[in-house]
Amino acid sequence: MKPEEIERMRDEALAAFAAAGDLDALQEAKVAHTGGTSPLALANREIGALPPHAKADAGKRVGQARGAVNKALAARQAELEAERDARVLVEEAVDVTLPYDRVPAGARHPLTTMMERVADVFVSMGYEVAEGPEVEAEWFNFDALNFGPDHPARQMQDTFFVEGPKGDHGESGVVLRTHTSPVQARAMLDREPPVYIVCPGRVYRTDELDATHTPVFHQIELLAIDEGLTMADLKGTLDHMVQSLFGSDMKTRLRPNYFPFTEPSAEMDMLCYVCKGESVGNPDRPCRTCSSEGWIELGGCGMVNPRVLVACGVDPVKYSGFAFGFGIERMLMFRHNVEDMRDMVEGDVRFTRPFGMEI
Amino acid sequence: MRVPLSWLREYVDLPATETGRDVQAKLISAGLEVETVEQLGADLKGPLVVGQVLTIEELEGFKKPIRFCTVDVGTANGTGEPQEIVCGARNFAVGDKVVVVLPGAVLPGNFAIAARKTYGKTSHGMICSGDELGMGDDGSGGIIVLPPEVEVGTDAIELLQLVDEVLDIAVTPDRGYCLSLRGIAREAAIAYGLPLRDPALLDVPAPNAFGYPVQVGDPAGCDRFTARTVTGLDPEARSPIWLRRRLQKAGMRPISLAVDITNYVMLELGQPLHAYDRSRVQGAIGVRRAEQGEKLTTLDGVKRTLDAEDLVITDDRGPIGLAGVMGGANTEIDDTEGTTTEVVVEAAHFDAISIARTARRHKLASEASKRFERGVDPQAASAAAQRTVDLLVLLAGGTADAGVTEVIAPSAPHTITIPANHPDKVAGVDYGRETVVRRLQQVGCDVYGQDELIVTVPSWRPDLTDPNDLAEEVIRLEGYENLPSTLPKPPAGLGLTGRQRLHRRIGRALAGAGYVEALNYPFIGEHVFDQFGLAADDPKRKVVKLVNPLSDEEPALRTTLLPGLLGALRRNDGRGSHDLALFETGLVFHPQRELRVAGRLPVDRRPTDEEIASLTAALPFQPRHAAVVLAGAREQAGWWGKGRPADWADAVEAARILAREAGTELLVRSGQYGPWHPGRCAELAVLVDGTEKVIGYAGELHPGVLKTLGLAPRTCAMELDLDALEEASAGLPKGPKISTFPVATQDVALVVSREIPHADVEAALREGAGELLESIRLFDVYESEQLGEDKKSLAYALRFRATDRTLTVDEASAARDAAVALAAERTGAVLRGA
Repeated sequence: MKPEEIERMRDEALAAFAAAGDLDALQEAKVAHTGGTSPLALANREIGALPPHAKADAGKRVGQARGAVNKALAARQAELEAERDARVLVEEAVDVTLPYDRVPAGARHPLTTMMERVADVFVSMGYEVAEGPEVEAEWFNFDALNFGPDHPARQMQDTFFVEGPKGDHGESGVVLRTHTSPVQARAMLDREPPVYIVCPGRVYRTDELDATHTPVFHQIELLAIDEGLTMADLKGTLDHMVQSLFGSDMKTRLRPNYFPFTEPSAEMDMLCYVCKGESVGNPDRPCRTCSSEGWIELGGCGMVNPRVLVACGVDPVKYSGFAFGFGIERMLMFRHNVEDMRDMVEGDVRFTRPFGMEI
Repeated sequence: MRVPLSWLREYVDLPATETGRDVQAKLISAGLEVETVEQLGADLKGPLVVGQVLTIEELEGFKKPIRFCTVDVGTANGTGEPQEIVCGARNFAVGDKVVVVLPGAVLPGNFAIAARKTYGKTSHGMICSGDELGMGDDGSGGIIVLPPEVEVGTDAIELLQLVDEVLDIAVTPDRGYCLSLRGIAREAAIAYGLPLRDPALLDVPAPNAFGYPVQVGDPAGCDRFTARTVTGLDPEARSPIWLRRRLQKAGMRPISLAVDITNYVMLELGQPLHAYDRSRVQGAIGVRRAEQGEKLTTLDGVKRTLDAEDLVITDDRGPIGLAGVMGGANTEIDDTEGTTTEVVVEAAHFDAISIARTARRHKLASEASKRFERGVDPQAASAAAQRTVDLLVLLAGGTADAGVTEVIAPSAPHTITIPANHPDKVAGVDYGRETVVRRLQQVGCDVYGQDELIVTVPSWRPDLTDPNDLAEEVIRLEGYENLPSTLPKPPAGLGLTGRQRLHRRIGRALAGAGYVEALNYPFIGEHVFDQFGLAADDPKRKVVKLVNPLSDEEPALRTTLLPGLLGALRRNDGRGSHDLALFETGLVFHPQRELRVAGRLPVDRRPTDEEIASLTAALPFQPRHAAVVLAGAREQAGWWGKGRPADWADAVEAARILAREAGTELLVRSGQYGPWHPGRCAELAVLVDGTEKVIGYAGELHPGVLKTLGLAPRTCAMELDLDALEEASAGLPKGPKISTFPVATQDVALVVSREIPHADVEAALREGAGELLESIRLFDVYESEQLGEDKKSLAYALRFRATDRTLTVDEASAARDAAVALAAERTGAVLRGA
């Protein structure tokens, strides 16, 4: 067994590995050069038959050659595997821009989420959410709120009346609530003061549906009853609300008005959150959101009329309170540029989807 | 209330530079809702002059009659020659004084006037109508014919007071006194800190016994009645220009001198007046309640049947007027024949509630009733009568009769006692006693006392009844805009209730599953129940009905959410969206078994619990429901492969989503109900206190129903009672114990009769497997000829695990065998391949 012979076997093996272009070829080369019938394996087997003095030398040479071969094989193996892995990753590449609208997205109605958004401003302050029936006793909807039976304001709310025992003749004393304010009365009767609640809900008036009216709409009402509450507290609470919803530089403005259930009463406006009032008297920069008025009318508010406190079992000497309410549709319209009220009531998925889960 | 600024200035010396917008801002901050400021004549440019018609030549041969006129306009045209004008109107004659607009002028609406050829002539200007000048309706229906005494060449812009600003004020129901110039002037005077020239401060002769006889039979309904007589009226006298113009600017139409004067005084002082033709009144004027069924024809020509509560004015024959609302036709001033020469002027004060009821009962809201309902100053009645008399004398050449009738039911002025710091406490501002007293005096109150103020409210403010009313006066005059902003500190609240959180969770879960929320109107027509195929005695047919629905087609309130949701589905489909999944949560309304009237509880104390319960008993049940509808594809086809149509299983799964969110175990079983496909309808039930309660249905809708409703085939729906679902909630979930020992999985395929529900098989397997069973899942259902007719194969994966050890194969197999055995016993299931 000549040393040159062994070196040749080794070199042939190394050359075969290097020549193997892929893992399959390498496998073949591996069998050919490291397998049981490979020249080096056969040479190894022959060592036993050598005279003792040659054994050690030949064993060492063959061993070294096999070591080098195995090392080269492993290196080539790793090299080819890495190449293959890289190729597979390239081959597995996809077009990630493909759409996956297998199940189109759902959405909650923006009126629902708008009510939640407003309610949450107050819930985080410690207010609780109160609810009441939509078909309501006139006493709760009107009388308890200081709308006497012949009060002109009572006629101003275009009320749906519910049939009573005598059908459409005679009065049932039951109406579709015209505002969320009856929940105020219920809350005062149900709870011991202090009372801090918000009442979002659906209300009804006999308006035909058009771009700016709907007979079924939504309001949110706030009521606070405690010792020593003042109109300044009302103002601060309103300021806090518009700041929470529209930004920390927002504020409100109160204008005297009349509501039977509050005294003093006020109309509340918020600073236009778009132009911040800068469009007023500035024809170069007109504001569509507020019609360049600088203020956006929100709703009504005031100090709870002590007569309402009496009717609802609250001591007007010890307690005072404030309340306000406004329409959710209107807020949705100016906050989200909704131009037509009908879009909110028709349930068209193209309208609702973009609003997602929260607003 | 429309308030011409020029008229307002008569009572308050507003600074000359003050514009309508300035006054608007001041009045708004004082609490008057000034909606608009109308700029009359803002774009009007002369020359606009008085002319006298010299000649009229009728032009022939045109489609309508046309006149070629020459008009003397003095020197206004620069030449002094007659002005040649073509005119289409016919209500004037040679010699009449008219309003002529000359070339170079611009009329409202940016209408520039120039000499132009028309009808074969050249017209150098126009003879004007009221409309063309933006004057409003003058009742003439043609061009303006001026009184003969105006001079030719006079500037008509000034003569007709064409340039003015008019504030349009929406008066709130509490501020009746602001339905008058006097009231608005009072507010303007306070706002500007200027003195008011009160037009009601007139010298009025004392009442005497020889005035027109009046008998008030109902002093509670009429606490004041002044009657004055004016004789010798010139029936030819017309309202002067200034009077007509003020009425027009205030939004009223000039009618005849006597009527115009009463309207004018009403606008000025807020006191509704009535003028009777004395020759048509027989005997004493009376005030009483009508007799039930009594008849009266009012000025608007309507014959009315009176109610016993109606307050009427009478003479010997019976009713001659609906008190405070509208006069009767039988004593009307004659403004066409012009024969009225003697009038009786009525200035009375009527009970606000009585007038409100009568106006409502007869659906007759008049300028008078509007004012009486909101409160008229009773002390102004005699001044208003005097003012009317004065104007009749001045403008109609009449003579005031010396007789003055006044019937007055005595009443004490209203006083309110408040602590001097009450407005401070309401506002949260330290105004101080001095400010409070000064502000109250400004609104007309008499104020006495130091720490306790005794406040006598003025006669024109019947709305001031309570301490807070006085507080509001002080706070508004001090300026709402000056209120500080403070935050109260509520006690820590409990946050949202479980029910409220569930509603939000359900919305999110359904939206997360691809459903879009729709909020539908609750109005339905009962025909929908027939379309739904509901049984005649189905409780859903019992509806709450509206007395005054918007549409007679939909007079009832929903007992199910489906009509609204399916309507939205159809609307979307019609608009080109066909793959739809919609949901809604909302109230449905079920009438009480026995309808009751909700009584009118007292408001001067807390109602008792029984009284509140009586209201509750009159209200319908209003549970909250949740529903979904599906149509078209639930999963769309795409590059990933085929789509999948929405089917009954999606509808049932929607119910399961709700049950999961509610933490309630939902029982799903085969059912049949109303609009659902009888073979593809799941009945949904829950356990409430150990009793099963059906809370809804889910599945595919009946093909016949879909056809009737015009909906796509295979449309699916689910509806359930959310309140009942919540009621059955298990409450807080308990943390499960997690075993870390290995799982032993066993699959079984069972052959059962086709009609055996999976739920029964699974329940038997579950029970039979015992406590080692961790979970069970149906992973295949199939039918084949090999299995045999009416058979199906259900394949389940059972996972077993113990909490304390690794299960042996034998243990798992024994549990599986026990499961299969019980399924076999209960459902006749046979293990496949066994």
